[in-house]
Amino acid sequence: MTVLSNISSTRIWDASRQSREQRIAAGSAYARGKQVAPGDATKLLEAVIRPGDRVRLEGDNQKQADFLAARLAEVDPSVVKELHIVQSGVVLAEHLDLFEAGIAKRLDFSYSGPQGAAIARALKAGKIELGAVHTYLELFSRYFVDLTPHVALTVARCADRDGNLYMGPNTEDSPVVIEATAFKQGIVIAQVNELVDKVPRVDVPGDRVDFVVVTPEAFYVEPLFTRDPAQITETQILGAMLAIKGIYAPYGVKRLNHGIGFNTAAIELILPTYAERLGLKGKIATHFALNPHPTLIPAIESGWVEQVHSFGSEVGMDDYMKARPDIFFIGRDGSMASNRMYCQSAGLYATDLFIGSTLQIDLQGNSSTFTRDRIAGFGGAPNMGSDPHGRRHASEAWLKAGREAAGEATSLPRGRKLVVQIVETFGEKLDPTFVESLDSVELAKSLDLALPPVMIYGDDVSHIVTEEGIANLLLCRTAYEREQAIRGVAGYTDVGRARDRKAVEDLRARKVIQRPEDLGIDPLEANRSLLAARSIKELMHWSGNLYDPPAKFRNW
Amino acid sequence: MTDPRHPSADTASWFLSTARERLAGLLDPGSFTEFLPPTERVQSPHLALFDLPAAFDDGMVVGRGRLGKRAVLVAAQEGQFMGGTFAEVSGAKLVGLLRAARDDAKLPRIVLLLLDSGGVRLQEGNAGELAVAEVMRAIVEARGYGVTVIALVGGRAGAFGGAGLTAATCSRIAISEQGRTGVSGPEVIETNKGVEEFDSQDKALVWSVTGGRNRRLLGGADAYAGDTVAGFRDAVLALIDRAPPFDLATLRAEQRRLADRIERLGACNSAVEMWVALGIAEPQNIRNLDDTAFAEIVKGLRGAAYDAR
Amino acid sequence: MEILKVHHKTRGPAAGTIGSALVGVVASGNLEVMLERTLADTECTVEIATPVRGYDDVWKAVVTDFVERASPGGLRISINDGGARPDTVMLRLLQGVRTMEAGHD
Repeated sequence: MTVLSNISSTRIWDASRQSREQRIAAGSAYARGKQVAPGDATKLLEAVIRPGDRVRLEGDNQKQADFLAARLAEVDPSVVKELHIVQSGVVLAEHLDLFEAGIAKRLDFSYSGPQGAAIARALKAGKIELGAVHTYLELFSRYFVDLTPHVALTVARCADRDGNLYMGPNTEDSPVVIEATAFKQGIVIAQVNELVDKVPRVDVPGDRVDFVVVTPEAFYVEPLFTRDPAQITETQILGAMLAIKGIYAPYGVKRLNHGIGFNTAAIELILPTYAERLGLKGKIATHFALNPHPTLIPAIESGWVEQVHSFGSEVGMDDYMKARPDIFFIGRDGSMASNRMYCQSAGLYATDLFIGSTLQIDLQGNSSTFTRDRIAGFGGAPNMGSDPHGRRHASEAWLKAGREAAGEATSLPRGRKLVVQIVETFGEKLDPTFVESLDSVELAKSLDLALPPVMIYGDDVSHIVTEEGIANLLLCRTAYEREQAIRGVAGYTDVGRARDRKAVEDLRARKVIQRPEDLGIDPLEANRSLLAARSIKELMHWSGNLYDPPAKFRNW
Repeated sequence: MTDPRHPSADTASWFLSTARERLAGLLDPGSFTEFLPPTERVQSPHLALFDLPAAFDDGMVVGRGRLGKRAVLVAAQEGQFMGGTFAEVSGAKLVGLLRAARDDAKLPRIVLLLLDSGGVRLQEGNAGELAVAEVMRAIVEARGYGVTVIALVGGRAGAFGGAGLTAATCSRIAISEQGRTGVSGPEVIETNKGVEEFDSQDKALVWSVTGGRNRRLLGGADAYAGDTVAGFRDAVLALIDRAPPFDLATLRAEQRRLADRIERLGACNSAVEMWVALGIAEPQNIRNLDDTAFAEIVKGLRGAAYDAR
Repeated sequence: MEILKVHHKTRGPAAGTIGSALVGVVASGNLEVMLERTLADTECTVEIATPVRGYDDVWKAVVTDFVERASPGGLRISINDGGARPDTVMLRLLQGVRTMEAGHD
């Protein structure tokens, strides 16, 4: 036993704590207590970040640590270099500047909406070493295993002198990131809009926060989930009618998540009109894991929705949610509380249906939002849009889907999540949604990626909804049937026109494919008068003027 | 105000409707007769040169009908087609209608112009500019012969450039909250003077300056309509009998109105400053009021109900 | 500008008595469809003017399915296209036939 004790005595067990203490000491030169003046923020970052560090810069779906991102882009690249950036959303131009300047080298992320094209260019130019494009839950999980940040740069509405942070409705990713960083001897720096004597609510305890910078301007929040009803098309309304009558109703889907697009906004807006006429109130769409979509307001106000838990907030929705504590999750201070990790878990395990859009679907039903020149990332869709094999509670919708997938009664019944892709057969500029092969497969080859980026794998997809009808993939028994079911709803795309007409008619007879007329839906009834609100202003009126639409959506 | 909770077809948004949908809802049912209908195929001869699609009516619907049983002539621009612009064919249709009203006393003495246009169609610039000049002259001459010309502004393209000028020559202007009017459009100002002068992407700014509520408060429009086809119908019905005669007294009154306005508001740097100067109690709140509350504020204002124009 | 003209024989005449109708507007991603009841009962022509090239096969496929679905006999149909997607084209064609079915103008 002496051998073992000798080994342990030579090993240093707190190198990370010593490193942390050295960094804190270096950073404290610029701090009074925990507070650092905005003009010293760049010096602070140079003092506490070391070459090769994993840095978690808070770029979320909605809120952005924009001030700290800009300061990080200003550091001396001979001092701070070759960082490994681990962050949810690559959203701001500064996020890419880090790689251009050589401050950062490696990237693991989840979502990159507006910067998708810039990431693709940087990858091709060799400026970025890409680890992986994760789902949110996956990336958060890796913070606790092999991607633990050395430094986390976060953002809050306000802080007190002890560093307690209040994030309000925009809590989002912060708690999970900060916990992973703080408890593994990392450094946590927060940018805040203001310093207060007492925070309204402690979203992150001060003993996890090392430095606080009060910024000259409030942090940026992207109104990512606002869809103007004025832009919803008749085709999208038809798709929404199909989804409600052909999927929500027969399966009795009560617990669900909606994607971000206009197709699902259309569903939300015809719940109080079309679905009401079908007598479905209380029978479908009652419990949501969902960002506070303004387009859900009419359904909430007319009593359709019982409960909504959210990943993040949405610009302009704060006062409305505050006034609806029966619906939303509200802190003791009265404001909504979001948490992306919890809500993603909820969407994965506690909902029976995910429905969302995509840019491309191949013949096996695989989907991707990547195109040849855009690395968009998937955010939460791959988690929501997958059948969780760890689920062990039953529901009517889940069991019915499971029976359809099994085909015959089995001695061991199992359930199945409904994963629905709702698309129009053609996208913008007449780009076909249905393709022989995903662009992302080609992209993966050209960039030498180990894994072709797929948003939702075909074997997880249960239904595809287009203006041509619904394809129920659960009922397909062979690969050929599956392909023809997809071709059968692919309309006038090349994929659709290459269908085997006989096979498609057989599938229709078996209700694997259901056309609008098979469901008693007249496509000419799909018009905008079905929308409970036809403009942002009407959404505001529905909310009793509690919803305060962002300036860019106000045409009055 | 209409109850937003129960929108139905008769509360169809003016802003979002097409020119033909607006006419169908505005006029008495079945009363509309179109001149030069699309089946005549009087299309732009120029757009094909630019590889652009033409429209069978060139985006201008003209004809006659009845409003509250009164005979009216109507012209409606389709704002979604080429921005509802003034061009050779569309301009000639409008000029022809106005000259007919001027010259033929047997025709209806009321002309409704459903404006929805960003100005002159660039591809037909010269013809479009000429059309604007001819339209303005025709309106003035028709008014001189006792014709009432009412502009209805509430479409997606607003009434800018030639359409803004046209509106300003009319006897009366009805505008909705979504309606915008002015001479230079927001994009034009930004292009020429820079984004610091006017950020055309800042919708709240654009509407606070050019939008229906500000125009109504400043007297730039004579009636405020709810954004529905029914709302415009009510506003026009209320205006028809209040159109001023086109004489020296009216022009002098208009001159006084404008001189008074520039004296009171000329030094202001924002719409809100002007609303303060007008004595409005809670100027920041103007854009959040519902239509009824807004109408109450208009009632109490000097300058909003001048008998001029 | 691409001009495409398709002629079909139909099962029978289109319903209704209205002489002509116009649906849709020429705008980006949209189109206008004009229908005139001027042909023999089992004839239908569709003439398309579109700035988007290379979609002849798709247009023909849409029109063929439309004729099968709606039996628009007697109708001369003229389209000004602003780059509409096939689903929008089919929707406008069906809206046009529905408008022609209405009792009287």
